[in-house]
Amino acid sequence: MTTDAALNADVIGKRNEHLYFALRNPKVVIGLSIVLGLLLLGLIGPLFLSSSPTAYVGPKSEAPSADYWFGTTVHGRDVFVQFAHGLRSSYLVGFLGGGIAFVIGLTIGFTAGYRGGLTDEFLNMLTNVVLVLPALVVLIVISSYMEVRGVVTQGVIIGLFSWPWVARAVRAQTFTLRNRDYVDLARLTGKRSPQIVVREVMPNMASYLLMSMILLFGGAILFASMLDFIGLGPTNAVSLGTMMQQSMAWAAIHLGLWWWFVPPGLAITAIVGALYITNVGLDEVFNPKLREM
Amino acid sequence: MGRYFRRKLLIYGVTFFIAVTINFAIPRLMPGDPVARMLNRHSVSNSESAAALRTYFEDVFGFDVPLWQQYLNYWTALLQGDLGVSVFAFPSPVSSVVLDALPYTIGLLVPAILLSWIVGNGLGAMAARSKWLDNSVLPLGYLLTAVPYMWLAILLVWSGGVLLDWFPAARGYSLSMQPNLSWAFFVDLVHHWFLPFLSLFIVALGGWAIGMRNLVIYELESDYSNYLQALGAPRRLVRRYAFRNAMLPQISGLALQLGVVVGGALVTEVVFAYPGLGSLLLNAINNQDFFLLQGILLFIVIGVLLFNFLADVAFVLVDPRTRLGLEGGQS
Repeated sequence: MTTDAALNADVIGKRNEHLYFALRNPKVVIGLSIVLGLLLLGLIGPLFLSSSPTAYVGPKSEAPSADYWFGTTVHGRDVFVQFAHGLRSSYLVGFLGGGIAFVIGLTIGFTAGYRGGLTDEFLNMLTNVVLVLPALVVLIVISSYMEVRGVVTQGVIIGLFSWPWVARAVRAQTFTLRNRDYVDLARLTGKRSPQIVVREVMPNMASYLLMSMILLFGGAILFASMLDFIGLGPTNAVSLGTMMQQSMAWAAIHLGLWWWFVPPGLAITAIVGALYITNVGLDEVFNPKLREM
Repeated sequence: MGRYFRRKLLIYGVTFFIAVTINFAIPRLMPGDPVARMLNRHSVSNSESAAALRTYFEDVFGFDVPLWQQYLNYWTALLQGDLGVSVFAFPSPVSSVVLDALPYTIGLLVPAILLSWIVGNGLGAMAARSKWLDNSVLPLGYLLTAVPYMWLAILLVWSGGVLLDWFPAARGYSLSMQPNLSWAFFVDLVHHWFLPFLSLFIVALGGWAIGMRNLVIYELESDYSNYLQALGAPRRLVRRYAFRNAMLPQISGLALQLGVVVGGALVTEVVFAYPGLGSLLLNAINNQDFFLLQGILLFIVIGVLLFNFLADVAFVLVDPRTRLGLEGGQS
């Protein structure tokens, strides 16, 4: 009882310490506010904007003004409405693709690293193969065969092909942890392997896992935007990538409609860049050696 | 060393096998009828020729024999260099269409990858030495790695091609020219090549610089560096050792990054309407030309595997541990 309580207090204390340093780290604060701010715009924006992203609302090819914050397209569609809806799909793809890749990478990495032996040989081979496979091209071939593409399917197929580096890193880390004394002790108590992995091994790389999740999230957004740009985006929704594709298709560059292609790319750069910067900041939070005193 | 190469070659063999299998399986697994869609695309009104086309396509896909036979037939055709006939560039075979476009993509990719790697590593190593440079290189590097390839390409076309009008905004060479071996054509080619190259170069640069900076800092904190310093070795010597050790992960990273850079090159080519594999890919998608699409995938996979192998050879040359069969060269 008492040891349990003490243990809990210790865990909470440690969490609070990380939170304390995270909230005082300018990189984490700035990065997270950009990511969350744009997420909020994507979530709430479409609720307040009455028109649909494909509706023809106003004058054609108009520069940004008070009425149309980001101007209008050649067809008279409101770029800001498209932008808000596009943010929504980008975040959804990021969560789905990143989440799926994270789960697969973790499962394969832990299994290979903890079980070892033949299982490891096989899983390591699989990881290396998917690692060498040029993911974007495979994704292009798969999506081009789909007649109806949604944001969700896109997220799923991106997740299925972007896990290998996580699996590899998790495997290597598990290797170094699996022969520690406390893991041996847990094994002696008769716990089953999955339980040991979750209770004893995983907490020791929690910070690393959090950071790889962030990188996967950003990577999925970048992947999706490239697919969208090639014309393999969702058929039923607007995304930041399809906005750029449309602007190219209607020669926005030559017509000088910069407000059509600058915001979507800028938003992707801002989201992914902010994620990277958050990552560097979190590294400082988790690794006291890197903290500036 | 033998074990190291055997392992690598096995991985590449399996990768190639899986890529071919994906190519084979996707059209057969996906919902819908690809043949019907290809016919639709051509909107053949004459029912007689539609039927003829249909039998032709079904014959090419080989739907009339059992699945394992289809799979074997697919491999036989592939090994004979037969990738099918392109629908979009009918009646040229896929392999010749792809081979025509390949030099443009390679001409973009190889200089962009190598130069960004060299310059990025140099910048990163310098950044690890000076606080001032570090504070500017690091944020800029992260910004660059976050930029979507096509967006930077669009910005470059817009600024350099349209607003300033210094460079052509599209195509691989001027419309008025025919590809030949003259000096004028070469200049024109380089003029068109520069912006797409720059775009790829800039995006790839940031990642290398950041990676090198982190690695050099890590190496400078390691025991051997401390020991050297304690012995009173000049700082330059310590840095040189750190740099050489930091190169190793960067060389294996070169191979790992390749898939991403190839994807970047494809979308960059689309923006510039550059006549390489990227534009070909776009045409294949727009025309539902599935043979061409799969041919491009296969060529890219082979290219990536070849490049990976070259990186492995380079790794063996620079890291004696792999040569002697010690640990170091991870498989």
